[in-house]
Amino acid sequence: MAQHRTHDFRIVTAGDSAVLVEFEECIDAEVNGRVVALAEAIEAERIGGVRDVVPTFRSVAIYFDPLRTDVDRLSARLERAAADARPAVTIAREPIRIPVCYGGAFGPDLDEVARYAGITEAEVVTRHAAPVYRVFMLGFVPGFAYMGTVDPRIAAPRRSTPRLRVPSGSVGIAGGQTGIYPCETPGGWQLIGRTLLKPFDPLRADPFLLKAGDAVQFYPSAEPDV
Amino acid sequence: MSDAWRPPVPFVYIVKPGLQTTIQDEGRWGLQSHGVPVAGPMDPCSHRVANALVGNDRNHAALEIAFIGPEIEFEDDRLVAVAGAEFVMTLDGLDVPPNAAFVAGAGSRLRFGTRVRGSRAYLAIAGGVAVTPVMGSRATHLASRLGGLEGRVLTAGDRLPLGDVTRAHTGRRKPRPTSGAHPIGVTGPHAHVRLLPGPQREYLSRDALDLLQSAPYSIGRESDRMGFRLEGPLLRHVRGADIISDATPLGALQVPASGQPVLLMADRQTTGGYPKVATVITADIGVAGQLGPGDTISFSICTPRDAFAALIAQERALMAFEAAAS
Repeated sequence: MAQHRTHDFRIVTAGDSAVLVEFEECIDAEVNGRVVALAEAIEAERIGGVRDVVPTFRSVAIYFDPLRTDVDRLSARLERAAADARPAVTIAREPIRIPVCYGGAFGPDLDEVARYAGITEAEVVTRHAAPVYRVFMLGFVPGFAYMGTVDPRIAAPRRSTPRLRVPSGSVGIAGGQTGIYPCETPGGWQLIGRTLLKPFDPLRADPFLLKAGDAVQFYPSAEPDV
Repeated sequence: MSDAWRPPVPFVYIVKPGLQTTIQDEGRWGLQSHGVPVAGPMDPCSHRVANALVGNDRNHAALEIAFIGPEIEFEDDRLVAVAGAEFVMTLDGLDVPPNAAFVAGAGSRLRFGTRVRGSRAYLAIAGGVAVTPVMGSRATHLASRLGGLEGRVLTAGDRLPLGDVTRAHTGRRKPRPTSGAHPIGVTGPHAHVRLLPGPQREYLSRDALDLLQSAPYSIGRESDRMGFRLEGPLLRHVRGADIISDATPLGALQVPASGQPVLLMADRQTTGGYPKVATVITADIGVAGQLGPGDTISFSICTPRDAFAALIAQERALMAFEAAAS
């Protein structure tokens, strides 16, 4: 359990129009819980001149217009908010369930992950679909969620040569992380399956399927196109 | 004939596209938490100047024209202006000046010729380019194919819808016949920009900031709207070249394992896993945005007070220009 000391975070500027609030330097659900809580608190405050609030694994970036926002006053406000930021009490938030067609043409690296783990492909699927993952942050491309933590047994490292084209909907593993490619893009993650759900669709009322702090569980489905 | 009559939407027609002409407003802010990059103009000051000259709001969508300019035909009479990089430009064969509004008549053709200075010009058209906004913005982000026209660079044959011309446009004085001066000025092929240290300065050796200031860097060939790969004094990591991925601000100098910094520009990804040794001040972003492959950039560290003073001075100049143009 991480301790809630008053000053286990630091506030650093990134140029003249962004401030970072950095928590403990690790990838950890509780640390990330504080990140998400702080980001939500700042969003809710609707501070004048703040243009973007970006939670990542262990820090929150606050982008602001320096002509409208005084950085010292903003930092003082962030200092108080960061000290107060507690992970939302995890009221067993119902996980978002994502159907995945594992293996075959949809998961060309499933056999490689099985070899890495020294288990069968079916066991890799079972282990990938077992945990409730946390969305730590989004980045890389619109709607790409970095989720963890993958069972260490199947936490295969990235491919030594990235693919030039990863189809959209591909579900991959990179070490302790798992994710879904929202669009066709180059990528180096080990592809173990594919989903029909679209993590990002700019034309949808809510373009984004997932946000930082969400709980996600995958389940095997027969075909991605049912 | 079953459709109800609607007034025809005026267009401009792209006869020749130029090298990389994109539609840009001030950017798609507020969605970086979802991994959506900001995009927007590489030189925000010149974008703003062009819009001001034709009576647009600063967030109206204009064309960013990079390196080689387009040829454009107008379907109705429009007040237009070009600011930023200087090109030789002609309207139906007659020279037109930069940094000044002029009327392009129905059927007239604006041709961009030789580029004289800078890399990116902004063509603003009264009423703005009125493509459908995507998630609140018309800015084109090329890598994720969002915004603008189908998220891509313009090609020959494209027709761009224009917005309504309002009193803000028609109520303006007759365009000045002479070339106005750009309130900030456009430099190139060498630019000097100021930096603030951090946010991950401690990942690099103690002399990293001295090295950054010791000699100019050249802009590598693999440079685009996402970022400039710089070639110059090598920086050395002292805590490894990987950080736990965090947010990547505009103007950040990210240092991958190679030790050659990458300057993150308008189309940068929202997050990254390399330490950022320093960040270009907001007032100097546009100066950097006028550079292209083969150009050079030099750096000096400044204080937050210097950065703010520079931004205030720039804002005063831009506001005075906007007031004079209206």
